Amino acid sequence: MGEMPAAVQAKLEYKSEVKPTWCPGCGDFGVLRAVYEAFERLGVDTKDICLVSGIGCSSRIPFFVASYGFHGVHGRILPTATGIKVANPELHVVGLGGDGDAFSIGAGHLPHAVRRNPNLTYIVMDNNIYGLTKGQTSPTSASQFVTKSTPYGNVEDPINPLAMVLVYGATFVAKGFSGKAKELTDLLVAAIQHEGFSFVDVLSPCPTFNKVDTFKYYAEHVAPIPAEHDVTDKLAALRLALEPEKHYLGIYYQVSRPTLEQRLDASRRKVRAEPQRELEELLARFS
Amino acid sequence: MSRVHDIVIRVGGESGEGVISTGELTTLAAARAGFYVYTFRTYPAEIKGGHAVFQLRLSDHPLYSQGDELDVLLAFNQEGYDKHHADLRSGGTLVYDKDQVEEASVLVQKKFGVPLTSIARDEIKMPLAKNMVALGALARLFSIPEAITRELVEEKFKKKGAAVIQKNLEAVTAGGSYIEKNFPDLEALHITVKPTDKRLVLSGNEAIGLGAIVAGCREYFGYPITPASDIMEFLAEELPKLGGTMLQVEDEIAALAMAIGSSFAGKKAMTATSGPGFSLMTELMGLAGMAEVPVVVADIQRAGPSTGMPTKMEQGDLNLAAYGSHGEAPRIVVAPINVEDCFYQTIAAFNLAERYQMPVVLLSDQSLAYRTECIRRPDLSRVEVWGREMFQTNGDGYKRYVFSETGVSPMAIPGTPGGNYVATGLEHSETGRPRYDPTTHQRMTDKRFRKVVAAARDFPPVETLGDADAELGIVGWGSTLGPVREAVELARARGIKILSFYPRVLHPLANGYLINDLKRVKRLIVAEVNMLGQFAGLIERQYRGEVIRLSVYGGLPFKTRTIVDKIAEVARNG
Repeated sequence: MGEMPAAVQAKLEYKSEVKPTWCPGCGDFGVLRAVYEAFERLGVDTKDICLVSGIGCSSRIPFFVASYGFHGVHGRILPTATGIKVANPELHVVGLGGDGDAFSIGAGHLPHAVRRNPNLTYIVMDNNIYGLTKGQTSPTSASQFVTKSTPYGNVEDPINPLAMVLVYGATFVAKGFSGKAKELTDLLVAAIQHEGFSFVDVLSPCPTFNKVDTFKYYAEHVAPIPAEHDVTDKLAALRLALEPEKHYLGIYYQVSRPTLEQRLDASRRKVRAEPQRELEELLARFS
Repeated sequence: MSRVHDIVIRVGGESGEGVISTGELTTLAAARAGFYVYTFRTYPAEIKGGHAVFQLRLSDHPLYSQGDELDVLLAFNQEGYDKHHADLRSGGTLVYDKDQVEEASVLVQKKFGVPLTSIARDEIKMPLAKNMVALGALARLFSIPEAITRELVEEKFKKKGAAVIQKNLEAVTAGGSYIEKNFPDLEALHITVKPTDKRLVLSGNEAIGLGAIVAGCREYFGYPITPASDIMEFLAEELPKLGGTMLQVEDEIAALAMAIGSSFAGKKAMTATSGPGFSLMTELMGLAGMAEVPVVVADIQRAGPSTGMPTKMEQGDLNLAAYGSHGEAPRIVVAPINVEDCFYQTIAAFNLAERYQMPVVLLSDQSLAYRTECIRRPDLSRVEVWGREMFQTNGDGYKRYVFSETGVSPMAIPGTPGGNYVATGLEHSETGRPRYDPTTHQRMTDKRFRKVVAAARDFPPVETLGDADAELGIVGWGSTLGPVREAVELARARGIKILSFYPRVLHPLANGYLINDLKRVKRLIVAEVNMLGQFAGLIERQYRGEVIRLSVYGGLPFKTRTIVDKIAEVARNG
């Protein structure tokens, strides 16, 4: 076999030998490609990456990347990832999963991850449908959306993920589209580089079970974030997030706040942490 | 007059007016004076108001139960008298707050009214110091040197300044003087104690926290729940000093998920909870078993299903601890039998979890959690701490779940070159790739359960006490083994032959653990604080003799007498 071009070789470094199980035309392929490209651009060693996922089609993604990974239970991406990050702050920890995992079964963890602000990235591959269980309504499905579990139309209104996370107080909030690979890569690079909790909602169409929110639909409804938008203006970000029928792509909001790891370190410094502190001293507490 | 060796005292009164603090301080003072101590307490579930009880047993010899009958009752109020006077042994002594208990209604013979309320209010000018008056009175009753109570009061109020210390010391002295002047029968309660070797006084929950630290645990994630929260609070204070982390999180699911994440990333991690929280954790227990992540979960059992009786004691979670999760995944259930054992079994739990890469449940209970005991100061240089088998970087393709004789496969920690793998709750191949074929699932299930058989070689040994040639045996588990031990001594003193067993691992009873010991007897009493006889159920699957269930489930620990009576009944009908 001849010499491979350097760029191809680099991408191979991040690609595992497991072939994706997704349907042809799945939006998640675009996210996977952007993940490879983002890590390649950042030049992170695969041994220092840990991808954490839950359950769902998209949560299979760690198997397709040649890094460390944790494919856990449904809805617990954020606590699992936080535990990993706290244990080893040197790792690049990235949580990845679907809208059901993030906004339904795991929704209770989201505000808490946000307020802790661990230095990790959470990528939601959002297709407004439950794919792995073959087509039921999801928390981002539109009202009146017809699925197998809502044959007479969805009786609930959808969550607005960006508005929700902005109001929770996240320090990095962005939206991407798997149909725009280059822009998505840029977003993931910025998210991973952000010091703190970075949230990226990626429109990632399901061609099998969602015939409404298709690549074609999104291509007609996405727009770049206006150039004059100030990413430190939360209310402006919220206005963009709340605009109906419009999907702005890019960074909505980015500010700096101490991370969980930094704050834990500060607590340890307050008590002059000494890892080698004599345990005998502890016993003295009870004598 | 025969010498007194052992005294049980109960303090009862309104929660928040000093019942618990009086009990705690008296306990510490007694321990420092050289007594063996053993306490029991119940709080009302309400924060303020409701009836609180503190029971203290002190003795010149080691103690195994809280004591059935009271020698002394200290009633802070009428309810404290009404609720408990029936438990006073005949000839026992009642001490009561003269200002709160209606004297006309007091029926016992030996009674001493001490005006706790008015001494604190009028003499000391500090109504809240009632508990210090009581402390002084009790210390005088048991001849605890005043130097010790002084020292304790000074330590307790160190931060509040000299004036506060002075007031409280005056209150203690006033309580003591009152007893001296008005209590003619002081000698009746006098126990002679020898100067002691080095001891610690701590609660079961503190012993668990201490054990975790000594075992090398540096990361704890938890959610508040009675009666487990003080493990979290203890570690919140101590772990940062050791460079570690304690984080209070949004729910019990997050707590265990974080502990599993932390352990996957290479740290020794744990969480502690009670039944309701443990119920929420069961899905993740299966994940830890499947993905082979070491983790320790302490379940400090409380009484009843659902919310039940949060401040009461029961051993009702054994089935949940052993089996609570879907599918079949390995785990080990370890139960400490007393406060000292809480320390050592927590270390054993971490050792087993780490060496065999699986979740270990540490099963304690409300009575063990809150009570304090004197324990021998542990010799830390003799404590064995095990780690997990680690993947060492090499040139070959790494197989995280490689088949091995013991089932244990070397674990790579993220960041290790050449160890990249995905931990997963899906069935998987040796390399960790998802696999659904029958051969893989059977071989991997076998591998995971081989670890349990291998681990059984490392289970803490089953101690036995009693008559080696007895046909009748008795076993219990957890804190029930204290009263069992005392009951066995009493039964043998009556001439009944009996052999008792003290297991620390309750599940799995693998490789003959406990079952082989039980073969020595023909009939077996299984004592536990639950209705169904959950441990009896686990034993019956493998034990070939007759199993006689002895169950109480009123929210309180066993009385020794209940067990003695059962032993006598079974021996008689044998």
